[in-house]
Amino acid sequence: MELTVGPNPFFWSADDWQSFYDRLAEAPVARVVLGELVCSKRLPFYAARLPAAVERLTAAGKTVALTSLALVTLPRERKATAELAEAGAEVEVNDLTALSHLPEGAGFTVGPLVNVYNEGTLAWLAARGATRICLPPELPLASVETLARAAAGHGVAIEVWGHGRAPLAISGRCYHARLHGRAKDNCLFACEDDPDGLEVRTLDDTAFLAMNGVQTLSAATLSAVHQVEALKAAGVASLRLSPQSQGFDEVCRIWHARLAGGMDGEAAAGALEALVPGGRLADGFLTGARGTDWSAGAPA
Amino acid sequence: MVMEIVCPAGTPAALRTAVQAGAHTIYCGFADETNARNFPGLNFSREEMAEGVAFAHAHGAKVLVAINTFPRAGAETLWHAAVADAEAAGADAVILADLGLLAHAARHHPGLRRHLSVQAAAANADAINFYGREFGVRRVVLPRVLSVSEIAAINAETGVETEVFVFGGLCVMAEGRCSLSSWATGESPNMNGVCSPASHVKYREEGGALSSTLGGFTINRVAAGKPAPYPTLCKGVFRAGTAEGHLFEDPVSLDAAALMPALRDAGVTALKIEGRQRSRAYVGQVVRAFRAAVDALEAGREVPSGLLTRLTEGGATTTGAYKKTWR
Amino acid sequence: MPQDTAPTIPRVPPALAAALGLLPRTPVALALERTVRRIAVAHPGLIRRLGPHDRARFVLDPTDLPFVICLEPNGGDVRVGVCGRPGQGTTRIAGPLAALLGLVHGAYDGDALFFSRDLVIEGDTAAALALRNAVDDAEIDLSGEIARLSGPFAGPVRRLAGVAERMTGVSLSRPEEIGAW
Repeated sequence: MELTVGPNPFFWSADDWQSFYDRLAEAPVARVVLGELVCSKRLPFYAARLPAAVERLTAAGKTVALTSLALVTLPRERKATAELAEAGAEVEVNDLTALSHLPEGAGFTVGPLVNVYNEGTLAWLAARGATRICLPPELPLASVETLARAAAGHGVAIEVWGHGRAPLAISGRCYHARLHGRAKDNCLFACEDDPDGLEVRTLDDTAFLAMNGVQTLSAATLSAVHQVEALKAAGVASLRLSPQSQGFDEVCRIWHARLAGGMDGEAAAGALEALVPGGRLADGFLTGARGTDWSAGAPA
Repeated sequence: MVMEIVCPAGTPAALRTAVQAGAHTIYCGFADETNARNFPGLNFSREEMAEGVAFAHAHGAKVLVAINTFPRAGAETLWHAAVADAEAAGADAVILADLGLLAHAARHHPGLRRHLSVQAAAANADAINFYGREFGVRRVVLPRVLSVSEIAAINAETGVETEVFVFGGLCVMAEGRCSLSSWATGESPNMNGVCSPASHVKYREEGGALSSTLGGFTINRVAAGKPAPYPTLCKGVFRAGTAEGHLFEDPVSLDAAALMPALRDAGVTALKIEGRQRSRAYVGQVVRAFRAAVDALEAGREVPSGLLTRLTEGGATTTGAYKKTWR
Repeated sequence: MPQDTAPTIPRVPPALAAALGLLPRTPVALALERTVRRIAVAHPGLIRRLGPHDRARFVLDPTDLPFVICLEPNGGDVRVGVCGRPGQGTTRIAGPLAALLGLVHGAYDGDALFFSRDLVIEGDTAAALALRNAVDDAEIDLSGEIARLSGPFAGPVRRLAGVAERMTGVSLSRPEEIGAW
């Protein structure tokens, strides 16, 4: 199994952004998806540095793809999405708007924000040119196994969410702006102070979600660290690591060791818990009763 | 063209009530996980669906069958059967969201009209035209993230009819793209047709204050005498930094009756009322009010508004994303 | 938006409620049971719609009366009991008698009563929801059912129904649902 680094969902300064991808060039990962996933207002801050980052990652032997936006509504977003299809790079479709611009037969990959829940959808996307599909994090292991089997018949590689705060929802409304009493069109980049999202707690002060502009993430970091063997057995081709602002080099090394067999689930989980924002892991979507559950915490 | 009023029916009784109250069109679903209002005690058996369609047709109304969850891997036949049974029941269209199911319906039921569910979140003309081209979709239910001017722009660029929500519960997240419910409970709109399911809700009255928990997470606490909200995650009270409040959305519901003239001018074909989980009392009142409003609009009279406040969550309404400041 | 647009749900006057509390409970319960059984037979969809909740025990709590009604669908072999508060059950649906009757008759919307706090649900929320939706679909005409009552238990229940109708202002006949189209 390989590792893919998904697009950075957060708003970082251009310098932080660049240094993240500079370091990633040295990380033991096979693929990197970059570009703007969450908010079109963020892209201009680092767009000029994108080509160099792509070049550097490619030179370091990584396969590189560019993501579409997760929700395309505004004219400038439609234009950017159309241009993405013409850029010539591999496109990761995270909103079907992007697919509408890709010529019939052109290869593409499908990101976790496209609803691929069943064999029929997988088959349709494969016929349309999908070569790799990262499944929605919500799917239970049984569905992953069924889809991985179906994908093999279509020559499609299946990827599963391995690590990162889970993308739970996308909205037309910006919650960061709302929290600061602003409208989205005049947000003054309220999200820039939260490089891993802003933790949202319940009234009992339990960490629950994380807001990230128009996106809502889980507070806990989704981690498939205990399901690696099951996913390998199912024929899953790669695991997706979603960026976090601190310690991501170490996260990549731990995952590399875990996949290579140099670390068991428990050791890797312990090491990752110390690194993730909020310090909590969850894997309930794959094997629990609900997303927020963590298999290591469940009774045997 | 008179704008079509599309009304919810969670039960055969609600369907008859809606038809008799003047609904042009009713939407409903089968009593299983194939539809996004898979709530206890709701929805239609196969026989009830056929009877409901016959009743509606006899009164000049249409019936749309919502099959708008995402089929579970390994169990697609359940959804395929729902499409076939909707056609057999005489439904005027099916409302679908899943790519695979759309492809299946287009191939195996080409004569059955296909509408695109709000669950597909097609939020711009490129995406809508894509569904029209690939699957012969004739109508799209627009996601609740668009302003009136954006809706007008979409209609200028597509031949696919548009249907918009005008009244009822309001999802603040793009529908079909939200896993908040399964994060807390294991059941989601996409997979199970439920959001914040009742089976995971607990209410507690303490000294007049009402607490609601979902999957053990306390998502609301309202003082005595204050309106109670649905125990829906995105309308809960949460804390972030030093703030506490409805961080995602207030417990309000949509009332866009006042925007009906603007929606008509924007080229909207149909106005949709949310609430398949509501009673026939609700359906009757809302349908009568909206039918009166479209008739008034058609006759050039002023559209009455604010009549339905007491039926709404929190007793408070919003025009939602139709006005840009909501974002 | 103002809350005062909501209609006030009428309450049974306390003196009358106290008097109703003196009614013998067993005959009332048996009469209610006969009524509900007949309704269940006439509306098979009622039990079917309860689905997995058809063996739940529902405590129906008219908060302005001095007793609660325990309803057990029991898979179609319906049991009804009348007992003092709080009553034991899977779920409790509490509100003024008029609100509960209005729900049965389709005069009121359950969610609207919940939003306004006129209706309180405790325990198994899904079971309560299933019952509400099943009852809403059944279009029950309680006054017709009560008129059909006979035997030794008919008296107290008719008395109760008459009181309910007069004091709550909620008609026990189904409201006119057909619009003027």
